[in-house]
Amino acid sequence: MIELVSIIMTAVLVNNYVLSQFLGICPFLGVSKKLDQAFGMSVAVIFVMVIATAVTWPIQTYVLDRNDLGYLQTIVFILVIASLVQLVEIVLHKYIPALHASLGVYLPLITTNCAVLGCCITNIDEGYTFVQAIFNAFGSGLGFMLAMVLFAGVRSRTESCNCPECFKGIPVTLLAASIVSLSFMGFSGVVEGLLG
Amino acid sequence: MGKHLKILTNGIIKENPVLVLLLGCCPFLAVTTQASNAIGMGAATTAVLLGSNIFISLLRKIISEKVRIPCYIVIIASFVTLVQMIVKAYLPSLNDSLGLFLPLIVVNCIILGRAEMFASKNSVGDSVLDAIGMGVGFTLAMLVMASIREIFGNGTWFGLAIPVLSSNTISLLTMPAGGFAIFGILIAIINKVTKGQGVKKKEFGCEGCVHAAACGKLACPAEPEKEATAE
Repeated sequence: MIELVSIIMTAVLVNNYVLSQFLGICPFLGVSKKLDQAFGMSVAVIFVMVIATAVTWPIQTYVLDRNDLGYLQTIVFILVIASLVQLVEIVLHKYIPALHASLGVYLPLITTNCAVLGCCITNIDEGYTFVQAIFNAFGSGLGFMLAMVLFAGVRSRTESCNCPECFKGIPVTLLAASIVSLSFMGFSGVVEGLLG
Repeated sequence: MGKHLKILTNGIIKENPVLVLLLGCCPFLAVTTQASNAIGMGAATTAVLLGSNIFISLLRKIISEKVRIPCYIVIIASFVTLVQMIVKAYLPSLNDSLGLFLPLIVVNCIILGRAEMFASKNSVGDSVLDAIGMGVGFTLAMLVMASIREIFGNGTWFGLAIPVLSSNTISLLTMPAGGFAIFGILIAIINKVTKGQGVKKKEFGCEGCVHAAACGKLACPAEPEKEATAE
């Protein structure tokens, strides 16, 4: 149990996908302007990450590894994720229209989000068991959400700040991201200290 | 001749994929802690881009409009796998330092973006020039960024120690926070030099993203309200 808590804590705080691993920078810069959009996007990412891991982990373990086809990992994973996102969208649209109305717009963007593919590959590389992989996927998604939501708050201030003309827009946003990332460096070692 | 030269140089300066179009930010920030990694990553990306551009350009009359995105993804993923195998076999140290970002070339927006915007509409020759231009532009941008981070953050360049700097390092620059900061400053300098002409004035987000078309022209989170009313 402690091990699973430690996996989630590490994924959220120490190895935060956006702020220390540089995965999912595009949505982080693109969709973090408004809090509700940042939240919606993050929920969709958590959802897809967990489902994608639940599908890709068995494929890698029981199909690819058993048949010495490990080198097909990249092709198989990206195709599985792309079709999965489409499938999830169709299913949501048909059976849970309310959820589709709030998450639907974010789903197509997630196909080419490197955080999702990165998460699936990391889970295999780290040699996690199925349960650990699911928890790691959930934690990574949660970390993405934390970064997005925190940054949406920071961004509402940087949008209105009075900075030099050439820094307006993306440059000042990146500098703000740098400071948020700096604050997350403080978490390194915390998880080992707490649960070690 | 002038037209071809323009295609080649477009990617290097005017439409630099990272510094101007802001594509492929993830590997740009992640692997630029060392100049040698930047060259390796740039070469790998250029190789994939070249292969996928040639193939997609050759097949542009055969691939039907509706299934083009899955086709592009399969072609790109095949070339990424090929590059991955070559790097693993001949450059194991590069493979270790690039790690996760080598397979992640497959979701690099530059490649799918160029497939959609250029290779699917132009001849093979032009697509080759475009791939080389974009690849070199990406590599040069990464080399600049990695040189700054390695020289000041680590006191070395391509692994060679630099006299005074190696004993006075700013190690923050090699950390993620330094990556974001240097990237921001580089873009600001480019804005200043080009006076905003090189940079699209559109807000960065879906509508400013070259990739928006490749996402399948589906709803964009920048305007969820509009989408809701349309339905």
